[in-house]
Amino acid sequence: MSTSAASVAVPQQPLWRRLIGFNLLTAVLLGIGGYYLGWFLGHQVTGASYYYQPEVDESDVSLLLAYVLGVVGFLAGLGFLNYPAARLLGRPPSLREKEGHGWTRYLGLCTDHKVVGIQYLLGIGFFLFIAALNAMLIRVELLNPTPTFVGPNQYLSLVGMHGTMMMGMMTSGILGPFANYFVPLMIGARRMAFPRIEALTFWLLMAAGFILTSTIFFGGFPTGWTGYEPLNDQAVMGMDSYIIFFALVGVSMALLGLNMIATIVTMRAPGLTWSRLPIFCWSVIATSALMVLAAPTLIATLLMAAFDRTISTSFFVTAGGGSSYLFENLFWFFGHPEVYVLALPGFGIVLELLPVFVRKPLWGYRLAVAGMLGVSLLSFFVWQHHLFVSGINADLKPFYILSTEIISVPTGFIFLCVMGTLWKGKATFTVPMLFCLAWAFNFLVGGMSGVVLSDAPTDTDLHGSFFVMAHFHYTIVGGLIFAFFGAIYYWVPKMTGLRFNARLAKIHFWTMFIFFNTTFMPLFILGIKGMPRRVVTYATDLVPLNRWVSINAFLLGASMLVFIANAVYSLVLVRRPSEANPWRSKSLEWQTPTPVPVNNFETIPVIDSDPYDYGIPVGGHTGEPVPAGG
Amino acid sequence: MSEPNHFRRLMLLWILASVIATPLVVVLLGPLLSPGTGSVQASGHQTDTTVLAGVATPVLLLVVLYLAYAVTFFRQEPGGVLEGPAIRSDARVQTWWIVITSTLVLALAAFGTVELVGDGAGAGEGPNPAFVPSGKKLQVQVIAQEWAFTYRYPSYGGIETPHLVIPVDTTIEFHVTSLDVIHSFWAYQLGVKADANPQVDNVAFVKPTKEESFSIRCSELCGIWHGYMFDTGHVVSPAAFQAWIKQQQAVFAPVVHDLPPYATTYAPEPSGRGS
Amino acid sequence: MVVAVAVFGALIGLYISVWATQLPGAVTAPTSGSGSTKSANLTLETVAAVGPVYSPEHPDWVSYLVQSHGHWVHSTIFTLPAHSLVHVTIYQYDGDSGLRNPFLAEVEGTVGGVMTVDGKTMRAINPDDASHTFVVPQLGVFVPLVGVSSTAKNPCSYAPCGLSFDHHTITFTFRTGKKGRYRWQCFVPCAAGTLFDFGGPMQTLGYMDGFLDVV
Repeated sequence: MSTSAASVAVPQQPLWRRLIGFNLLTAVLLGIGGYYLGWFLGHQVTGASYYYQPEVDESDVSLLLAYVLGVVGFLAGLGFLNYPAARLLGRPPSLREKEGHGWTRYLGLCTDHKVVGIQYLLGIGFFLFIAALNAMLIRVELLNPTPTFVGPNQYLSLVGMHGTMMMGMMTSGILGPFANYFVPLMIGARRMAFPRIEALTFWLLMAAGFILTSTIFFGGFPTGWTGYEPLNDQAVMGMDSYIIFFALVGVSMALLGLNMIATIVTMRAPGLTWSRLPIFCWSVIATSALMVLAAPTLIATLLMAAFDRTISTSFFVTAGGGSSYLFENLFWFFGHPEVYVLALPGFGIVLELLPVFVRKPLWGYRLAVAGMLGVSLLSFFVWQHHLFVSGINADLKPFYILSTEIISVPTGFIFLCVMGTLWKGKATFTVPMLFCLAWAFNFLVGGMSGVVLSDAPTDTDLHGSFFVMAHFHYTIVGGLIFAFFGAIYYWVPKMTGLRFNARLAKIHFWTMFIFFNTTFMPLFILGIKGMPRRVVTYATDLVPLNRWVSINAFLLGASMLVFIANAVYSLVLVRRPSEANPWRSKSLEWQTPTPVPVNNFETIPVIDSDPYDYGIPVGGHTGEPVPAGG
Repeated sequence: MSEPNHFRRLMLLWILASVIATPLVVVLLGPLLSPGTGSVQASGHQTDTTVLAGVATPVLLLVVLYLAYAVTFFRQEPGGVLEGPAIRSDARVQTWWIVITSTLVLALAAFGTVELVGDGAGAGEGPNPAFVPSGKKLQVQVIAQEWAFTYRYPSYGGIETPHLVIPVDTTIEFHVTSLDVIHSFWAYQLGVKADANPQVDNVAFVKPTKEESFSIRCSELCGIWHGYMFDTGHVVSPAAFQAWIKQQQAVFAPVVHDLPPYATTYAPEPSGRGS
Repeated sequence: MVVAVAVFGALIGLYISVWATQLPGAVTAPTSGSGSTKSANLTLETVAAVGPVYSPEHPDWVSYLVQSHGHWVHSTIFTLPAHSLVHVTIYQYDGDSGLRNPFLAEVEGTVGGVMTVDGKTMRAINPDDASHTFVVPQLGVFVPLVGVSSTAKNPCSYAPCGLSFDHHTITFTFRTGKKGRYRWQCFVPCAAGTLFDFGGPMQTLGYMDGFLDVV
């Protein structure tokens, strides 16, 4: 949808005319059409009649085809097939960006990376809200030791939907909104390497989120986010929603990572050597390497699971010659790098923000880079620590104890860099800074509990219990989500030119930090006391602790509402403009005007130092003012 | 105005706090951090956890105290716009950190391995267990199915029972298998956890040392009643165990001839997708 | 914007009330006597297909039904008195599919350790003849339900099934203990088309699984 040039007033076309074209409405209509086409084809293939069948195989083919064709229709409706079709027809390559104005750009295919960044922020925020709602329902159910509020089927689906949605959405939680928006600005580029693919990753994720939510119409799924076979095979049609969701997330992840690597490697401004690259961009590279290499394993595994469910292959069914272990190993080969995809952007955000707020350069730049790349590399060598009690060959266990313990060393580098950056700094405790400090505490607790779990003997007691839940909630929520909010408060003034209400922001931070710890710290105790994961009933002596956790979880949810209230109040209602560079950051993205022009820079800048040029030069052998990273 | 020696202050604070907290954690908290001493393996876990907690306490204190100290002393005056010193690195600090953390981590890995190889630490080791405790063992098969555990005793004619009773001070060799999906046999007070996979024999060893009851829970999501797949097992004296077995043989006599012969795995029909 | 938020809020409300908290209604077993002689009567039937009247979304799924005030209700949540005897009568209309674990073919946990099948007292059945089971693991109650022969002349296809169709009548008595919510399930794989025949109705509350609300 284009608008007229600035000075000539052209009469607006009537609404119905403007709605025709490649936009979200068309996408939804074509998506629905594709869904029914797939359903029809599926029934043609299997010869079933059109109403719901108890023969699970036949309905699975229909549903899987329906979802796939629905997504294809959705993407076609948005206009993603237009450029490939044009090229196939011989038209010349084009870098034509969507030059539209106004808020309608955000509802369609837009190749401006800044628009995609904001789309990601809102889209992921929406699905995070749904997943958090599911978490609240889970905690309502766990107020009582027997299922009284939701039935056991719905409970397992709630648990699965919460975990799956959160994992799928948060893999792109920081790279989607913030890397897409700011990496070109940080490296002095006008755009990402593949703008259309960038937009594609966003819309794939939105389609995926919608598909996962639709599982409730097909009976939900009972496997939790790990989708273990053979329970996966046995489940009703709702399992297919999970399979398609994760497959789409995998595709989105792989393409997002690819785009990031290509952009950072090839499109840096002159003078931006590797040792001047902002640490956030390094974390993006480390994360993207994992995304590109691990996501395809997931996609292949899910394809095998889909085949097992539909055409009766036996990849994971022991009676047919397959193995349940195959799924576990394939899934966790993806799954472990996946959790570092979640952790690494948090490292990058915190190390990027701290120098700004302590007015000192980043301490130990090379060490931090080594830490991130080390974590990235080692994450492929640890996955069997998820399988310590599953009956793997016990000779393998010492190796995986060692590799899992060793991965805490590069993680420790990040902590040393955080501490070194804080050393003798002049810190102002703005809300982004508070989130960074909270990250340090939370990830410390999460990381140390990981060290406990890496010890196979103690893992015997703790595997599959609430201790593990506490561990990963501390690292993912306490780590990533806190960094996510830090990034929001830091960068939204740049993205929108508006300022958040400081008082509400502080209330949000403190309530979130306090209630997060009071909610999740007791989970360690619950795990030690023997409460398994994903259970709808538990021992009666654990009732007081579970009630405490549930109530604090509701309060944690309430703190999120404070954030939403602040966002609506500040960004929609009041809209007070922010200063151009409220944090006085020396990073390149803050040197652009607000709002950032479509092509980012009038002229590509030439870089002569890293972005951490803060601080008073000191004499002596520690800290000679070296221009290009220490 | 001279700057106080922050490093010395921090070190003193940290050493003081660690010296106070670590013994408290080890002595008071250690026993509470694991399921107790109901078996040789569980006692091993308790030692393990206590050591880990003892090592973790100074590490946690270091970072937390540092953060608290930094927040208190390394701050901007209200309204100030001063910059900090432009220190970018310190090779000595980095080297020490790498050396200390690597040593610590390798030591923990070695410690964990030593604890593991002695007797398998109660964990499932698959069909060919590598870490086998010495001595005579009583084989007990744990059959997991959707959604209950049953148990077979091969040395007593392969009798199957719905509840688990084992004799004290005897090394039990659990053979955990599943008839359908993945379950996990978790005997809490005994410190045993072994996944039950279809057509796989997962072996775990335990030697109970106390006559007590223990809770058994399934710890791998297996469907609708996963949370309800629990039971109470009992560790009794060898004499009581013999009496119990005889009683079970009498109670389940009607169905004994219908049971399949004892095997380490079973594949009852339907083993795939029935038509 | 306000409209969008209102619509979204309504959708969330529907999600919680219609889908998340959907449970079959509990049916109270009629009781008689009081104190130590308190007892309840529970009458159930098991059918090969629950039919479109009782379950428009899964008409072909096997199911239990419970009798309440003279007619059959599609629910598997039964309210029973605590510390009482419960006399259970089950009309079994479904064909046999056999137990995967033959151990469960023996009766346990009932009064006398027996059940009666069409009037005959039995302690166990042939595991291949089992059609369903009524098992309450927390109370130690295991009762296998023998199936209607495949050569039967007049099998019942959809619920509700009347006594004129081929069936077996199985009765047994068990004792409830403390108050609580106990789960019960069927152990015979009767969900044809799913892996191990244990998917679908075997894993869905209201069909082959339920609760005993002991109050």
